[in-house]
Amino acid sequence: MNKKYYPYVLIAPSVLFLLIFFVYPFIEVFVQAFTSSDGHVGLSNFENIFTDYNFLPSLKNTLLLALVVVPVQLCMAVGMSLMISKMKKGRDTVLYILTIPLGVSDLAAGIIWLAILDQNGFLNSFLFSIGVIDQPESWLNYQNPIIIFTAVVVAEIWRATAILLVILVSGIGLIPKEYYEAAEIFGANSWVRLWKVTLPLLRPSLQTALILRTLLAFEVFAVVMLLGGSNMPVLMGETFNWAFNYQDAGAASAYAVVILALSIVFTLFYLRVLRVPKGARI
Amino acid sequence: MSDLSYDEILEKEVREVNRKKKMWRWLFLSSVAFLVSWILFPIYLLVVNSLSSADVINGFPKNFWPAFDMESLHFFVNYYGVLGALKNSLIAALFTMVIAIGLGTPAGYALARFDFRGKETFRMLILLTRAFPMPLLALPLAVIFINVGLDDSLFGLSLVHTALALPFSVLITSSLFLGIPVELEEAAWVLGCNRWQAFMKVVMPLALPGLTASAVFAFVISWNEVFAAAVLTVNNQTLTAFLVQSLSTSPVEVKFAGGLILILPAILFLFVVRKYLFSMWGIANR
Amino acid sequence: MLKKIILPILLGSSIASASEVVFYSTQANPLKEADAMRNDVLIDYDGNVKFLPQEAGPFFSRIQAESRTNSVTLGVLGALHGQFPQIQDALDPVDDVLAQLPKVSANTAITKLGKLGTDHQKYIPWMQATYIMAANKKALPYLPKGANINALTYDQLAQWAINLTKATGSPKLGFPAGEKGLMHRFIQGYLYPSFTHSVVTDFRGKDAQEMWAYFRSLWKNVNPRSTAYNLMQEPLLTGEVWVAFDHTARLKGAFDQKPNDFVAFPAPAGKYGRGFMPVIAGLAIPKNTPDRAASVSLIKYLSRPDIQVKTLKATGFYPVVDVALPEDLPANVRIAGKAIALQANAPDALPSILPVGLGNLSGQFNKVYQDTFQQIILRNADIDKVLNRQAKRLRTLINRAKAPCWAPDKASDGPCPIN
Repeated sequence: MNKKYYPYVLIAPSVLFLLIFFVYPFIEVFVQAFTSSDGHVGLSNFENIFTDYNFLPSLKNTLLLALVVVPVQLCMAVGMSLMISKMKKGRDTVLYILTIPLGVSDLAAGIIWLAILDQNGFLNSFLFSIGVIDQPESWLNYQNPIIIFTAVVVAEIWRATAILLVILVSGIGLIPKEYYEAAEIFGANSWVRLWKVTLPLLRPSLQTALILRTLLAFEVFAVVMLLGGSNMPVLMGETFNWAFNYQDAGAASAYAVVILALSIVFTLFYLRVLRVPKGARI
Repeated sequence: MSDLSYDEILEKEVREVNRKKKMWRWLFLSSVAFLVSWILFPIYLLVVNSLSSADVINGFPKNFWPAFDMESLHFFVNYYGVLGALKNSLIAALFTMVIAIGLGTPAGYALARFDFRGKETFRMLILLTRAFPMPLLALPLAVIFINVGLDDSLFGLSLVHTALALPFSVLITSSLFLGIPVELEEAAWVLGCNRWQAFMKVVMPLALPGLTASAVFAFVISWNEVFAAAVLTVNNQTLTAFLVQSLSTSPVEVKFAGGLILILPAILFLFVVRKYLFSMWGIANR
Repeated sequence: MLKKIILPILLGSSIASASEVVFYSTQANPLKEADAMRNDVLIDYDGNVKFLPQEAGPFFSRIQAESRTNSVTLGVLGALHGQFPQIQDALDPVDDVLAQLPKVSANTAITKLGKLGTDHQKYIPWMQATYIMAANKKALPYLPKGANINALTYDQLAQWAINLTKATGSPKLGFPAGEKGLMHRFIQGYLYPSFTHSVVTDFRGKDAQEMWAYFRSLWKNVNPRSTAYNLMQEPLLTGEVWVAFDHTARLKGAFDQKPNDFVAFPAPAGKYGRGFMPVIAGLAIPKNTPDRAASVSLIKYLSRPDIQVKTLKATGFYPVVDVALPEDLPANVRIAGKAIALQANAPDALPSILPVGLGNLSGQFNKVYQDTFQQIILRNADIDKVLNRQAKRLRTLINRAKAPCWAPDKASDGPCPIN
């Protein structure tokens, strides 16, 4: 077989698979987004959601959440994976524990953090027992949007940093030791080694991790619903509301298209900024 | 005199270095301890809550020690069809894992090793699967599935879950392969291996732990997916579809116990595969 | 070998026995209620039935998918009156079933709702509930002077809330304004009728403006966590809230767990009377169901007076057929039952019926009220402006659905007007 065809043969199964199980239903939803309730093709669904008073807040909240959560998680994940790579004893155990949140669904994570932050929750119990408060305070109410936002950030960081961690850990594991030895011979301290060896060589993994995490951040939903309810609208929650509470499939599809557009923009951005140059391959 | 002071200075320096080292070590260990408890403590609190009676959960201030009231958990174990649903969840997740790896690994290899027309398009296609809300795709998918007779089957469900897991699978494996020097493969070719043999003998052993990581993702994604599972199965519901839907309107004590029941199997699964997942450290020290 | 073992697993055991009726329901969804439905209510049914409770989202998707492909596995559908319109076209008319159920059809007011504004019976009434108020007994000493808890006015409720805030240091009145709470029902069925004798027509009149101003000032003494409450039984049990409004089935946990701590009482009255609203759940049969006779027999079973009583025990929803309730009822029924009767039989009672004829716009109809609440109460927007804007949306909806007025609005020819 001609070598030229190798890659196509390799991607063919997944392309075929996605055509059937993603592209086809996707087109149906996409068409629906551009079809108004009386059957005309047009932007009426988008007009409908853009004029809704919850659209801008939900867009703002979703973007802001991604902008706050993703960088923090990235730094934490890099730090954690470096830390683990320095460990000798108990490395497997620590790594296992740090990846536990992988197995925790967003709804379960929401339940866990609600148990902590709720008015009768563990945080208040703790503050009460050390005498900071003398009766349970309600932190997560609509008068404290910043606290709600912070709570969601904390829960998201807890829940979803493990994804980045696993990707980065497997990336770091593949960096040959010789590079570090060479760097050491040239007298590079650990800071220089981080910036000149680890991070550049980790670029493919960083790119993957960032893209996936950002896409998932745009779909944040269950945690926000549990901790913030209607006080913190997000795009995915609004999609859900339009589809099943307001029973307007067209508007829901329009929301989905907005999420998709955002994802495309950010993915292209990462692909450009963190381009993996051909020559940089090990 | 001068020799002595030199020694003294040296000794001082050594002590200084030791002190610094100790400090770093202390800092290092405490940050490890902090991160570990940051992950474990919330889960511990969930355990406390699910082992508490309704009265305790509604009370204030909360006790940080479990009361070992098994009533809520007991309720779940005896709940209609939990065991069957658990089995369904496992089967669907395992299928998803196998299919996602089977489809994703070749594609990941292609992305890492070849330059071809349409590469970027393919990459975008893969990513966009993750960028579209599942609840909206569930209806058209269900229509397809009913038409082709895959409806209400775990295999059908795992196909949908594979669509969700595939981006992880492809991208993780491709970044893995990117990290494995192409020279290693080239050396194998020189030594007379063909492309397939070189891949199996040289690349695979190196990539195996990473592949496990992407397999774990696939498993966990399938395990935690709710919406498609709820729509696409009627008689063969998965545990998540079965419980999650009802949790948010259930009383608190049921909610917490349900939360625990949901995460336990996934945590156990991670525990079982942790060896494979993390054996990459052996390789790193090659 | 492979075919025998692997294929059935792969393709699912869709070899489920043909006579099994799948009972798909958005009601009795909480796990314990589902458990009670299976173990107490359906246990005596002569035949195989599989009770599958589901949230509204997957419920709708599943039914729509099956109806599009004409390949139906579901036997009986249980849902709320307001949920049926979205799947209206997938339902088989059940006039013939209703004809066999004289005890149900005797309840003409409710039965008529089951036509969903069409000529045919779309669902058979299954069970009913309503919304009432509940209070912790600790709150009773702070009732305003001269107030009778069973005949409160909205002004007395406001004063009570103020007294409670003063006495305890934090607001103790609560509403289910969370993501899955039923706050909009309070506005549609309680506030609007009591203050304006209308739900649609007088949406933005002077009475409505006064009403929103009242509600805004009441809200100052409402626990701000209300926007996170879905079921008021939880904050009542924790003591975060002492006085609450909610669906009877969403208060029952509090009454059952601590029957001696809580009282139930009717909703307050405004200047036009004591507005209140029923909740109706119904049973329907999807078109092309695999075994219609079995579905019908299950519906008949569920309509039996003794089974209706069992359903009450399991779910906190009351019978739709006339039946004498036995003595051994759970605490919630004893406590709530009295309040329901007082509310319905009050001299100033002002019952609303549920929206009819909105079709699949009933979700967006609720959205109008939810959004108005959000903007006026939570985001402090100008009452007049919001009402004008939302009235426009409401008018568009009503005109699109061509829905005539329903009680307490005066009947109209053509779409219900909005002044």
